[in-house]
Amino acid sequence: MAYSDKVIDHYTNPRNVGTLDKSSHKVGTGLVGAPECGDVMRLQIQVDDNNVITDAKFKTFGCGSAIASSSLATEWLKGKSIDDAMKIDNMDIVEELALPPVKIHCSVLAEDAIKAAINDFRVKNGLAPIESEKVHH
Amino acid sequence: MNIPIYLDNNATTPMDPRVLEAMLPYFNEKFGNAASRNHAFGWVAEEAVDYAREQVAKLIGASEKEIIFTSGATESDNLAIKGVFEMYKDKGNHIITTVTEHKAVLDACKHVEKLGGKVTYLPVKEDGLVDLAQLEAAMTPETILVSIMYGNNEIGVIQPIKEISAIAHKHGALFMTDAVQAVGKIPVDVNADGIDLLALSAHKIYGPKGVGALYVRRKGPRVKVTAQMDGGGHERGMRSGTLNVPGIVGLGKACELCGQEMESEAKRLSALRDKLQSALTVLEESYVNGNVEHRLPHVANISFKYVEGEGLMMAMKDLAVSSGSACTSASLEPSYVLKSLGLSDDLAHSSIRFGLGRFTTEEEVDYAVEVTKKAVTHLRDLSPLWEMFKEGIDLNSIEWAEH
Repeated sequence: MAYSDKVIDHYTNPRNVGTLDKSSHKVGTGLVGAPECGDVMRLQIQVDDNNVITDAKFKTFGCGSAIASSSLATEWLKGKSIDDAMKIDNMDIVEELALPPVKIHCSVLAEDAIKAAINDFRVKNGLAPIESEKVHH
Repeated sequence: MNIPIYLDNNATTPMDPRVLEAMLPYFNEKFGNAASRNHAFGWVAEEAVDYAREQVAKLIGASEKEIIFTSGATESDNLAIKGVFEMYKDKGNHIITTVTEHKAVLDACKHVEKLGGKVTYLPVKEDGLVDLAQLEAAMTPETILVSIMYGNNEIGVIQPIKEISAIAHKHGALFMTDAVQAVGKIPVDVNADGIDLLALSAHKIYGPKGVGALYVRRKGPRVKVTAQMDGGGHERGMRSGTLNVPGIVGLGKACELCGQEMESEAKRLSALRDKLQSALTVLEESYVNGNVEHRLPHVANISFKYVEGEGLMMAMKDLAVSSGSACTSASLEPSYVLKSLGLSDDLAHSSIRFGLGRFTTEEEVDYAVEVTKKAVTHLRDLSPLWEMFKEGIDLNSIEWAEH
């Protein structure tokens, strides 16, 4: 299977690889997936006092599409409010990276990681977690 | 050195130029049908086929009359299993095989089950070898066939064929082996090994695709299989269809070359393979899958823990290798062979198969080591699991969300 140029670009030069201090109350961490399934994503956000994401980092165990999806997600998160970030849809990632149908689950995982990171931040800061009612494509 | 480097010789092999050369006249100038008995065109083709039959037979210690040409090993496996089941149904309806067989054997066995047959799928030990005591215990008076592969395509382990065939024969069953990966790579002798039926393929031994053979024993015992295709009664009535003369000539030549070069090639390749393996297992948390003592000389299957196989292969795009990772198959399941060894799913996902071949050079192996090490390091830098492992976090203590 051939990868799109964008997947190859993110895979070869992944943006924002790294680790934020997960004990900080200004950091939200989302860890999704399972080693048995061949995909684990850890996505972290640093949030300022105005609930704007100032930094995002990721590490991913998975295929090229999974790495690219999480790398792209960190790019999109920076500068967004946590409310706007909650609106990122997996199909936006599919479209941007031109993922084939068999790789859509990688984008779903990235969306789950974003939501998990935001909710981790919310809970740490006394806000109620937002339940996603979305049905994935 | 040409990039990408081909290290997937268990999937297929490049054709040896000497094989191509032998085949070429049979596409045009010597185009006859080997079954045309009445003119020179047919005789030329028949002569070529007969010669190829001898070449194939010689490589496995058989007689030329025992070689049935087919379209490849998948057909040979199907013909052997379904053909024996049909031919010997008055004697019994039980077949024994293993869980690590090639799909051609497993799915032919599933077909037999649909026809009312009984099949035992033996597990394998952690090193990939069959437990002989379990085999013996599985034998019943109804058992007509034991079908166990010679060398495994994913991990390269070589089964104790002599011991297995002795058990099958002791209980009155025939012994069949899918020897696609072993023939031409290590000495295989149907008499010394006690083999009654054997499947082989040309494209795994530097021959063309689309041609293979089934060895069917003629003496002690005389084995018969029911044809699975109706037609002109070619190949002693066991396999109808006009013979693929150029392909068969190629298979014959490929067998002849293997016979001449196998011994020195096996030494050369196992030295290269061992070099690759020791250089890569220097990496932390890397594991060789399958028995390393009873193993084909050209294969190494290695898991690099905490990195995912497909992602890894993407970083190794200068190398053509294969992975047991789910992402590389249509099924989204990691390799059933690796799982049968008791490997956890994450280790199966992290495996890479290196398959060396006749045209692999030491320079290529050195380069492959370099590329692989760099890729594993790159992927581990990206891997949250590697970070957790380095922090001493037990990954089993985490509640993962299965998806």
